[in-house]
Amino acid sequence: MPDVLFAAWVIARKDLAIEFRTRSAFFSAVIFALLGLVIFYFAWDPTAVTVNDLAPGVLWVIFTFSGLLGLHRSFGVETEDHAIDGLLASPVSRESIFLGKAIANLIFVAAVQLIAIPALVVFYNLPLGNVAIPLIAIAFLAAVGLVAVGTLFSAMAVNTRLAELLLPMLSLPFFVPIVIAASQSTAKLLSGRPIVEAAAWIKLLIAFDIIFVAACTVAYPFTVDD
Amino acid sequence: MSSTISSGGPPIVEVAELTRAFGTRRALAGVTFSLGRGECLALFGPNGAGKTTLLRVLAGLLRPSSGSARVSGIQLPGGALARSRVGLISHRTMLYEALSPRENVSFAARLYGVRDVNARVEDSLRRMSMLERGDAPVRSLSRGMQQRVSIARAMVHTPQLVLADEPYSGLDDGGARALTSLLGELRSAGTAIIVVTHNLAEGLSLATHAAVMQRGRFVRYDPADRIDATAYSTTYREALAGA
Repeated sequence: MPDVLFAAWVIARKDLAIEFRTRSAFFSAVIFALLGLVIFYFAWDPTAVTVNDLAPGVLWVIFTFSGLLGLHRSFGVETEDHAIDGLLASPVSRESIFLGKAIANLIFVAAVQLIAIPALVVFYNLPLGNVAIPLIAIAFLAAVGLVAVGTLFSAMAVNTRLAELLLPMLSLPFFVPIVIAASQSTAKLLSGRPIVEAAAWIKLLIAFDIIFVAACTVAYPFTVDD
Repeated sequence: MSSTISSGGPPIVEVAELTRAFGTRRALAGVTFSLGRGECLALFGPNGAGKTTLLRVLAGLLRPSSGSARVSGIQLPGGALARSRVGLISHRTMLYEALSPRENVSFAARLYGVRDVNARVEDSLRRMSMLERGDAPVRSLSRGMQQRVSIARAMVHTPQLVLADEPYSGLDDGGARALTSLLGELRSAGTAIIVVTHNLAEGLSLATHAAVMQRGRFVRYDPADRIDATAYSTTYREALAGA
């Protein structure tokens, strides 16, 4: 297990170094998130819908779609001059490759969230109060599930001609249960309900994370081994 | 045609009746050979003959459909242990363009669990004359320089078996000489090498054995003492014509 995790970290570090150099996916995702916030803001009628009702939906639509930009890039970098062959011919396990990609994607999505959540608070004058920490925890839990599913489908879609189209088509149906649990628990928190009322949704989120991370880690080798 | 090479030690590569099919098409159709320490097999043949498929099976990237393939005594697909014994060079560089040569080679060294990573990386880059450009992004290097880095990446873990698929592709004269010299050094140190190339002279300059592949099988196989390098182009054409 330590070998698996060490190799995963080596791969994640490599992916993050590439993203740090190019910043292409990160800037695209951040700009997408900020533009989404602006568009939703101008489409919003505050007299009809309160900010607490609107914010969870806005937040999770933005996270879901901006995350897809990074997820597509995840295996896209491996297609450059067949870098994936070098990775697959190395002695690291397929599970390490998946986990390494997923860790890098998780850090990517978390970095986008770190910019998007404060932007949402500022744009919508959202009273976060004492729910900031639980909200960050929910965002993290949801990101784990989204990243696990997205990383697997990124690996499956990357070698197809319509990868950009196929990745969202494959991923979004599996994102739905995570986004429902995340937006419901976010709504409870933002509307000032006690955290115990959101507990059932948070537990569901944790359950989805465990299932998706385990299932996707097991399934990944089948996407690369012939 | 089966081909056995005796080298006075356990063979590094043992392949017996190996087949690999893609749907109904058989890319490998019963290949048999073995290769010992310090031996080099030059593999020739037209496009689509199955040369690259053979290398990909030995590298652990493809599963055999039937037959048997062993690397260092490990039955393929042999997982991480078998893959750790192999170094793969291709006409595709398998490099990350945004990273530097040093970072690419260092990444490979860490994946292979190399001890003293920095020293090995410097040594690999030095052997391929890439130390000076070691920190430039790979995308800023010429095709030949990228190929040199790719070779340094494949050698960093001192493999027992080197699989080289068109390794001279994109190399200038200096790079080609450095590669030939490096492969020669590796051979002298006991590394087994399989070189796939369309260039007969380059292949034969290193080879202890030569084979011609067509339609997934060896149609000619010659040990070193029977290779007449000057007449091999005729031999090659005749082998293809007679297959």
